[in-house]
Parts: sequence; C-alpha cells; structure tokens
Amino acid sequence: MQRATIPAIGAAKAWRAAARGFLAANIAPEDILWGDHSAAPDLFATEAPPSARGAVTVPRSFLALAESVAWHSDPQRFARLYAFLWRVKDAPHLMSDRADPDLARLRQMEKGVRRCQHKMTAFVRFREIGAPDAPRRSFAAWFEPTHHTVEPTADFFVRRFGDMDWRILTPDVSAIFENGALSFHEGHAKPDLPDDAGEQLWITYFRNIFNPARLMVRAMQSEMPKKYWKNMPEAAAIPDLIAQAPARARAMAAAAPTLPPARMAQVQAQLAGCQSAWNGPTEALPAAIAACTRCPLHRNATQAVPGEGPRDAALMIVGEQPGDMEDLGGRPFIGPAGQMFDTIAARAGLQREAAYLTNAVKHFKFAPRGKQRLHQRPNGSEIEHCRWWLDAEIAQVKPKLVVAMGATAAQSLTGNGAAILSRRGQIEESRSGVPVLITLHPSYLLRLTDAAAQERAKAQFQADLAQAVAITASGSTASSGGANIAAPPS
Amino acid sequence: MRTYIEHMAKQTLDQKLAILSDAAKYDASCASSGSTKRDSRDGKGLGSNTGSGICHAYAPDGRCISLLKILMTNFCIYDCSYCINRVSSNVARARFSVDEVVKLTIEFYRRNYIEGLFLSSGVIRSPDATMSDMVQIARKLRHEENFRGYIHLKTIPDAAPELIAEAGLLADRLSINVELPTDDAVRQYAPEKKPDQIRKAMADVRLRKDAGKDRSFTGKRPPRFAPAGQSTQMIIGADGSNDATVLGQSTRLYSSYKLKRVYYSAFSPIPDSSSKLPLIRPPLQREHRLYQADWLLRFYDFQLDEITSVTQDGNLDLEVDPKLAWALVHRAVFPLDVNRASREMLLRVPGFGVKTVERILATRRHRSLRYEDLLRMGALMKKAQPFIEAGGWSPGNLTDSANLRARFAPPPVQLDLF
Repeated sequence: MQRATIPAIGAAKAWRAAARGFLAANIAPEDILWGDHSAAPDLFATEAPPSARGAVTVPRSFLALAESVAWHSDPQRFARLYAFLWRVKDAPHLMSDRADPDLARLRQMEKGVRRCQHKMTAFVRFREIGAPDAPRRSFAAWFEPTHHTVEPTADFFVRRFGDMDWRILTPDVSAIFENGALSFHEGHAKPDLPDDAGEQLWITYFRNIFNPARLMVRAMQSEMPKKYWKNMPEAAAIPDLIAQAPARARAMAAAAPTLPPARMAQVQAQLAGCQSAWNGPTEALPAAIAACTRCPLHRNATQAVPGEGPRDAALMIVGEQPGDMEDLGGRPFIGPAGQMFDTIAARAGLQREAAYLTNAVKHFKFAPRGKQRLHQRPNGSEIEHCRWWLDAEIAQVKPKLVVAMGATAAQSLTGNGAAILSRRGQIEESRSGVPVLITLHPSYLLRLTDAAAQERAKAQFQADLAQAVAITASGSTASSGGANIAAPPS
Repeated sequence: MRTYIEHMAKQTLDQKLAILSDAAKYDASCASSGSTKRDSRDGKGLGSNTGSGICHAYAPDGRCISLLKILMTNFCIYDCSYCINRVSSNVARARFSVDEVVKLTIEFYRRNYIEGLFLSSGVIRSPDATMSDMVQIARKLRHEENFRGYIHLKTIPDAAPELIAEAGLLADRLSINVELPTDDAVRQYAPEKKPDQIRKAMADVRLRKDAGKDRSFTGKRPPRFAPAGQSTQMIIGADGSNDATVLGQSTRLYSSYKLKRVYYSAFSPIPDSSSKLPLIRPPLQREHRLYQADWLLRFYDFQLDEITSVTQDGNLDLEVDPKLAWALVHRAVFPLDVNRASREMLLRVPGFGVKTVERILATRRHRSLRYEDLLRMGALMKKAQPFIEAGGWSPGNLTDSANLRARFAPPPVQLDLF
C-alpha cells in the first residue's frame, strides 16, 4: 500500500507530482491511500511516492479539471481524480463523454469549486486597516469559503488590487499581499477588524437600490446563500427590507398624485432654449422628408435619407434606397455600393460633389436577422408613395439629366422598372419630361460573383456615367446608344 | 423659507447617496461583462476586468448588484410620466459633485463591493452640460485615479456627438434608453424625448464602434470605442403594446445597432407617481417571459413570428415558457431521437439548453445516449421527457396526450378578491 499526503498549500501541484509518479510506476488506484493535511497517518502505508520516470501524457482538459477539483473540500477528491486518471490514460476520449458517471461526478466537483471561487471574488468584503491617506493603503477581510479556494482565487485579487496591500484571512488558508508580493499562510482565527468608514455608505446604498415593489426573496437567496451573510455588512439590512416591502409598495399605490412643484414652468423654459446636434434638417424639403410617414417604412428605419449635392446641379443621380450604412449615417451612397459608385464615377470623370445624389425611396427597407439587416426591395406602393419626394427634389434642382441606377429608380422616374439590362445606356423621358439615362445599380456589380462578368458590368456602368458627364457638359441630350461602344468584347 | 441651494448644501454624502441610488433603481441593467481584459498587476492603478461580470450582492428584489448604480443628479428638466425624477414630481432632490462620485466609486471598489460605476443622470441646465459633467467623472476616474474597473455611462439623449465620442473612449459600455416599445408611446409619456433622435444617437454609437475596429493602413488599431457595446431599456406594461410589438422592436434594435442587450423593465409603481399611468403590481412574469423569448431569438435560432404566433393576441403565454409553448403547438415534429436529431432541432427541445445540446453532440460521436446520460448532462428531463426518445426511453402517447400542457402549467388558483 502506497501513501500520499497532500499539503494544504500548493495542493494542486503536489497532487499532480504525486499522480505522475504513481502513474509512471504503474500503481493502481486501489493500492494508494490519498490523504490531505487533516488525515490521520495510516500505520500500514509506505510514505513517499516513487519519483516520476519518463513522460506521462494525459489530455490537457483533464489537467484543467484536476487543477480545480484538487481544491474541493471532499476528502476523497485526490483518490477520485487518480481513479479517473487511471481510466483516462488508456481511453482519452472519456474526457468528452459528459455522461460518464465518474467524469460527471468530477465535473460536478469542479463546478462546486468554480462557484465557490466566483462567490469569493464577489463576497469578500475588505475593511481598511491602515491610514486612509497613506501612500499605499491597507485592507483586510475575514472570509469563510466552502472549499479550499483561497489559493486558486488569490490571483484575481492580485490583478484587481495591485496598488494596495490586502490580506484575506480564512480558517483554512490566508493570503497576504504586501508591496506587490503574495504569500500564503496557515488558517487564522476570526480577527477583530476595525470599523470602516465606507461600510455605512455601502449599507445606505444597499437599502436604497432595493425596489420594494419587486420583492423576490428566493431569487436573492439562490444567488447569495445565507451562509455568506454573516461576513457581509449589508446582509444585516435584509430582514428589515423584506418586512417593510409590502407596506412600502402599498403606500406608493395609495398615495394620491401631487401637484407639480412651482418651479416646473421655469425649468421647462430652459429646455426650450437647448439646441441639439441631433435635431433634424431645418431646410424645408429635407425637413419634410425627415418627417415623412407616407408609407410604413419609416417605422423600422433609423431616419429618412434625403438627397445630397448642389441645389443647382446639372446632373442628378438616383439610386434605389438607403442601405444599412446610409440608414445609420443619414447620407446617401456611403456604404459598399456607394464606394463602388465613387470608384467608377472617378474613372468616368464624374465629380461626386458636382452632382445631386439621391434615392428613389428615402427609408431603408430591411428584414432583421440576428445582428444583420437583410436588404429588401421596395414594392410598387412604396416607390409610388416616395415619388412625391423625388419629384420635389427634381423640381427644386432642375437637373439637365437624371441618371436612374437600377430598376427601382427607373420605375420611379419613368413608370417602367422592367428589363434594365436591355435598357441601360439609353435615354428615356421621365414622367415630368426630364431626360433619364438608364444604367445599372452599383450593388448589382457587387453581387456578381463571376469576375469576368463583373468586369464587363463595371465597364458598362463606367461608360454610362461617362456618357452622363458628356451630356451634361455639352448640353445635348440626344441618345447615342454610345454605351455599347465602350463595352469590352466578351 | 430655505432655498433649494441652501438645502442642498446641508445634505450629507450619506443623504445624497440615499436619494440618488433610490432614483437609479428603475434601470434594470447591471451587467459588467464583455469588456476588454485588463488588470492592475503593475501596481500603478486600481481595478481589473476579467471579461465576465461579478454580482457582488443581491438585493431582496432578486436583482444583482454589480455596479454602483447612481444618478449624478435627480433634478431633471424633462417630464416623462413613468419616471420618478420627472420635473413635475415632488421627490427629494440631490446632486453629487464630480469628486463625490469619483470618491464613492473608488472607496466602494477598494472594499470589493462593486465592479465599477453605472452613472446616469437627470438632465440639468442642458443635455450638453449634463453629459459634460458625466464625461468629466469618467475622465477623472480613468486618468487621475487610474481606475481600470468597469464604467457604464447612460448617455443623455440630445448630447453633442463630441461628448459621446469621448464618453465611448472612457467607458466600457454606453446606453441610451428607448424607454417604450413604440414611438407613439414615447410621444405620449415622454413628450420631450424624440424617438428618432434616440435612434440616430444609437446609430452614431454603432458607427463609432465599427470604426474603432478598423486598422489604419499602418496596421495601428484606434482606441476601442465602448468595448462592452451598447444597450438599451424598454419599460413594459406602461403602455398598451403587446409582446409581439415589444419583441419586434428588440429584433429591430439588435439588428440595426448591434446592441449587446435590450433590457425589459416591468413598469413599477414609483413614489409620487403621475396620474397618467396605471398603479399596478409590476408585471414581473411578463418581464421574465420576454427575457426568455429574447434569448430564444438570439441564441436558439427562433424567428420572431414563431414565438409570437403561438397565442392569438400576440402576447406570450404567461403560464409556460415560450419554448415549451412553441413545442406544445408543434407536437408533430416530436418526439426527437437525441441520437440522430440535428443541432437546430435539439435546440428546440424544452429543457435542453445550448450547453446540453453541445454535450449531446460531443458524446454521441462515441456512443449512443441513454435517458440517464441526459440527466447527467444537465438536461431538465421533466420538461424534455415528452419530446424526446433516447436509449431506454420512449414517450409513447405522452407527446400527443391531451393533458400535456396541464403537466407544466401552474395549477389553477381561485381569484384573489382582495
């Protein structure tokens, strides 16, 4: 019979060293007596496990498990770990069998330790033991953990309270952090810590953050079990808060509404004078567009996106509708399709700043999918409702030529949204008599996955924009069908 | 008669804390998770962030206390009916100085009471003036006290974009409350708040956060903007919106502004309440069901209409949870064989959580699963029983039995007359 005694401080490491030795020496679990510092020595066992020879490989996930379970309060923890290790060394897949009874038991213990560690990070309460104005302040806490969690949890406090000295005293193991150095010591009797100036404020906070109209005592106790209460200063207020809650809630309901205080009018006058950067546009047409509720699309969008550009631009470019980015930013053509437009427009010699850019529909239509918004095409009725605004923009800007990008724009301007691919490059007439050059929508270019087809479409789009530039520069609007000239041979 | 200013000067820190924490309790959020990992191991600062939050205490209302949740002041020039701090209310008023908030945060933090600060405020003087004081508090904490704990700032609607920009660089999380589920309700109960401006401010936060992720052409990363994201809160039960409307609004907010969380806050009676609003017990069960539905939408691949079409009136079933409610009307797809069913179908089984499903998938690669295995994996078998088949278990007629719902719904109670 072999015997291994694991010390209270450094238990995880000591268990690992001992287990490695036993495993290398091929000693079965039933031939080992595991004990911790509290166990009585066994008369018939031999001390000192064999030292490790050769490498022993076990799944990494087992080591992580053992690292936690070693701190459990169960006296059998070391034996259970070794017994499972004995099985897992020949069958590493056991680690992923969550329903294996031995593993399930160890996982449960691991969970218990983790929970105890978590509660320790939450419920330790420090009191100041040094002078509040000392260059390095000094605090102490008394805590009673369920498992042996001081050592594995101390690092949390080191990382959190790096600029002060602190000590956590427990009946099990105590941790002391002084001038940046952490040390562990034997357990401690409950010390008499001095009164703390912050504690009264904390109790005040605890009493007042509680809403008596929502009393849920069970929910509180499942997360903050009573065993922790005795070392938490705020817990003393709990019985009182619970007892008064129903009466306080009734009093709120019974109280008659009061008259507003006299200063109300004066205070509200202040508000009227405040200007906000988020106030919408003030110019008549953009302001009217921003306030539009003609169709249901306004309900889901962030904002209406009005057109942008010189009010006397010779060229007006009309797209379909704002996309995700345009909806957030409030400006047209700033998303991926807008960037595509910018790139090709620059190649075609079209100056974005000189043209008036707008959309046939002013609100973004989408379907929510998790954290994404899927673009949806506006329907005929939505296009028709929004035509009011597009017509108003055309009437205000009076462009020489309007470029309709894509079917929605063509539909809105000419009343016909069909067969864009065969109509592109040609000039049609809008319902109000303005010449309209039909072309592709830049998002169509983005959707093409075939590189050659995309290049061809880009060239067509560029030729159409170049044609628009030429027309607005010369003043002629005669259709030349010239777009096809620029198309590369396919 | 004493003036307000004289009265204020006489208040102790303890009295101010009492008033300004009482005023803050109607904000549901107390999360301190999901931010950048950092610590003060170098000894030059105070605080750490592990990425997951810690609840340092629980109040008897069952809510977690993770942050020092206070208002900078409860003076307010707005008149929102549902709010205890509205200008027309006669509650006691107080105002913290910048240094008082900084001191409280640091002293509470050193004693391990909190993870950080959740600062909100009534609007005084102007939205910009208020937001500027709040930013100053965050700046002092970060730059003078070298505070590395968590900061959540509730941004003031209408505050200038440059203040929001600085707030996002100092705080872990920003939030703006949409307050109520529909624009009409906001107009009715919070006449000074403008829903479209609140949306624009949320859009602005998302754009800044996205921009903070792009590396420049030199490969440098800009400072991270609100690393724990943005959240919002909706009050439930103050207006007449049904749950389909509420969840529709959340889906829209999640997808549009990439919110980390939408908080639902059951409308709760407040001291000195407005005559415009119902003085009812807060609909806590409804709030609970909304959170469950929210979870299904975000982590279980449920679509909005699947959850809300289960009942006639667009409200969630209060007696059974939304997943069970869905399963009870879609019994044709059950029972599922846990040894064969796909991940997405297993996620639809009442009593199976995401973790349980992952464990089932991992284990069944090696062997087939039995009923007891599922118990050990953490499945709630009482709920799952009628909907699954496993080694040694078949539900038989249970799946289609007429009284299946009665097994789960709470027993009928006699109406309470008083």
